[in-house]
Amino acid sequence: MTFEPKIVAFCCNWCAYAGADLAGVGRISYPTNIRIIRLMCSGRVDPVMVLETLAQGADGVLVMGCHPGDCHYIDGNLQTERKIKMLKKLVARTGLEPERLRLEWVSASEGGRFAELVKDFTSQLKEMGPSSLSGEKPDPNILASVLAAKATAGDFRLRVLVGKEKGLIEDGNLYGEEVTQKELDEIMDEAIEAEYVRNRIYLIVKDQPLSVKGLSKRLNLDSRTVLRHIVVMRQKGLVTIDKIDGTTPLYTALEVDK
Amino acid sequence: MGVDEKARIGVFICHCGTNIGGVVDVPKVVEYAKTLPNVVYAEANLYTCSSEGISKIKEGIAKYNLNRVIVASCTPRTHGPLFRTACEEAGVNKYLFEMANIRDQCSWAHMHEPEKATEKAKDLVRMAVAKARLLKPLEEPEIDVTPSALVIGGGISGMTAALCLAHQGFKVHIIEKGPELGGMLKHLYRLYPTMEDASEKLNPIANAVKSNKGIDVLTSSVVKQVKGFIGNFEVTVQRGNGENTNLNVGTIIVATGAVDFEPVGMYGYGRYDSVITQLQLEQLLKKGELKRPERVVMIQCVGAREEKGRTYCSRICCMNAIKNALLIKELYPEADVYILFRDLQTYGREYEGYYLDARRGFIEFIKYTPERPPEIVSELGGKLTVRVYDSLLGSDIEIESDLIVLSTPLVPHEEAKELSQVLKVPLGPNGFFFEAHVKLRPIDFATDGIYVCGTAHSPKDTAESVSQAFGVASRAAIPLALKHLRTEAITAVVDENLCSGCGTCVKLCPYGAIEKDDMGIARVTEVVCKGCGVCAASCPERAIAMHHFTDEQVTAQALAALGRTFV
Repeated sequence: MTFEPKIVAFCCNWCAYAGADLAGVGRISYPTNIRIIRLMCSGRVDPVMVLETLAQGADGVLVMGCHPGDCHYIDGNLQTERKIKMLKKLVARTGLEPERLRLEWVSASEGGRFAELVKDFTSQLKEMGPSSLSGEKPDPNILASVLAAKATAGDFRLRVLVGKEKGLIEDGNLYGEEVTQKELDEIMDEAIEAEYVRNRIYLIVKDQPLSVKGLSKRLNLDSRTVLRHIVVMRQKGLVTIDKIDGTTPLYTALEVDK
Repeated sequence: MGVDEKARIGVFICHCGTNIGGVVDVPKVVEYAKTLPNVVYAEANLYTCSSEGISKIKEGIAKYNLNRVIVASCTPRTHGPLFRTACEEAGVNKYLFEMANIRDQCSWAHMHEPEKATEKAKDLVRMAVAKARLLKPLEEPEIDVTPSALVIGGGISGMTAALCLAHQGFKVHIIEKGPELGGMLKHLYRLYPTMEDASEKLNPIANAVKSNKGIDVLTSSVVKQVKGFIGNFEVTVQRGNGENTNLNVGTIIVATGAVDFEPVGMYGYGRYDSVITQLQLEQLLKKGELKRPERVVMIQCVGAREEKGRTYCSRICCMNAIKNALLIKELYPEADVYILFRDLQTYGREYEGYYLDARRGFIEFIKYTPERPPEIVSELGGKLTVRVYDSLLGSDIEIESDLIVLSTPLVPHEEAKELSQVLKVPLGPNGFFFEAHVKLRPIDFATDGIYVCGTAHSPKDTAESVSQAFGVASRAAIPLALKHLRTEAITAVVDENLCSGCGTCVKLCPYGAIEKDDMGIARVTEVVCKGCGVCAASCPERAIAMHHFTDEQVTAQALAALGRTFV
């Protein structure tokens, strides 16, 4: 039996969902692999939802909204774009292919384009093969990574960075100074890296107390980097010393209301 | 939150004649639906949207005590409202209704793969059930409307709109920045193509406004602050004497007009007295002060249709130049008049006829190209020589002229930006007020209850401004006439225990529906919220929930799509 990818699509009510309707009305056929969830605006797509969908084994996630400038909610779709950009960087760290997530613009009059995009994405996913997280036996390492990514996407820091981007680009910073996209991207990359690793650490030591060395081995990171994160995490009250094994402290996660 | 354990879901699966039934195995989908959690009843209908189908839904609700309804048929975009109403009539809150689109997304798109289409239809029903179990009843807030309107700007557009509303019996306030009513029309002489005197057009309307008891005019006044929402705007007006006046209005019309671009430094404007703008020429004509010229050169698109900056066509300048050229010819028939143009905007039958009149009236038209625009090459004894590359002749022409008239575009008021911030409505890329949708909502702002007309929106002539003013008056009258409005229940709600007051949502909301309260906590003004959900998906503390599209509901649909169990 050939592999049939499972695709979950988040479509905005006004453009993309209407485009899918039009494909139907025009009897334009496309692969049956897609399952559409209707939202009012693609801007409703929370990064956490996308990562949860990937974690649960979707072979592909397709987010579709109105073309820039056509958004029913003025510029909700531009927020979607910012979120997906961040998400792709985050997914790239998990071992899951970021190409499994795609953002496309489809207008209400583009039934043909909708069908083409579904065709294209389906064949792309067929070529890539099943997601490491689909089926009954998901890859435990990648699953752990994606769950850490999901936790990261739910945390304050990345969300506030994505959320503030519009204001910073349009109005500059608090001091009225211009902020460039490049500067913001650099800050974002740094934040993604740091927050993702901290969430990995948190989820690992939640299951089993580990030393810096042990963590460094698990995460394939040098121990200085791990230690630096542990220091921050201790300050934030996320981890604490569970016990001292000889002279080596083992860290464990503190219960926090996330 | 969470699944309503008492949810009793009824699923109605439509054959849509053969549209669905011809491809999807509907009885199989009905049997499948019956196996899903909380589904207590499922049936097939030939046409669920027929009156028979609608009665079946209502009977089902009564007989099986349903408190959730799913229709698996076509698209909610067309048929959702019909089924929602049926639910409501049978006593089920209309937000407890969900749809599965097994026609447009299944039988029509996959007509050659009936088995896969049937499997997909089952999945779509399962997804609908997953969501329906989590649905909550919602109430649409009803608001009262203050039966009065505010018109910002006392030019021809604003006055026309104000009169229109006053004639319908609504109280109208006009706020005019200048010391008197009249706007741009006060400065104009004659109007094309009728050649009627601008004051003949203006005075009767201005007098009607002044004598109308339903219209209050505040001159030398500006709008300082606007709070509230459709039906209930609280407006603070700053008067010329520095005092503030507060007004309560139901709707707001922006009719602030535009100004003439001053082409300082272009074509010797400001350096030579004989280089003036069309508006200055118009004033000379009006006062009878235009001295007999020998040769007049008018240059079109001065400071308009540029590569960057003012990229737009100002729409009125071509007709205006032709009109003024004809007026000069009428006054001084022996004077030569040249119009140097890039492209002529003399749209419509009437204006085209006007242009032909001008050609017959011996006005010379020379087409130049933006790559080789006209230039002033010399000045001698008060006479300027204009060199222009005639793109039709393919050679340069030099014209010695004693009057050069520059056709400059209408540009937005400097204050437009401030007003746009006060009203929380957008300006377009050229700085004019920006409508919600160029075709579907051409005179509304995206924010309900605020409308735009006249040259505040884009350059246009008097006739166009007036017709837009009529349009705007009728749009602004609708909520006033209704007296009460029901607004969308699909809105955002902030959990104040989680909100950290970071203000991210305040900036992101396209409608200004979220503000921070005295405690710094975000508050959603329900009636202003349009339900896009951008705030909920962006809130750093995840403190915002989106009614009817909660994280839980959407995620449940996604998991159901993947065949993961309901959790």
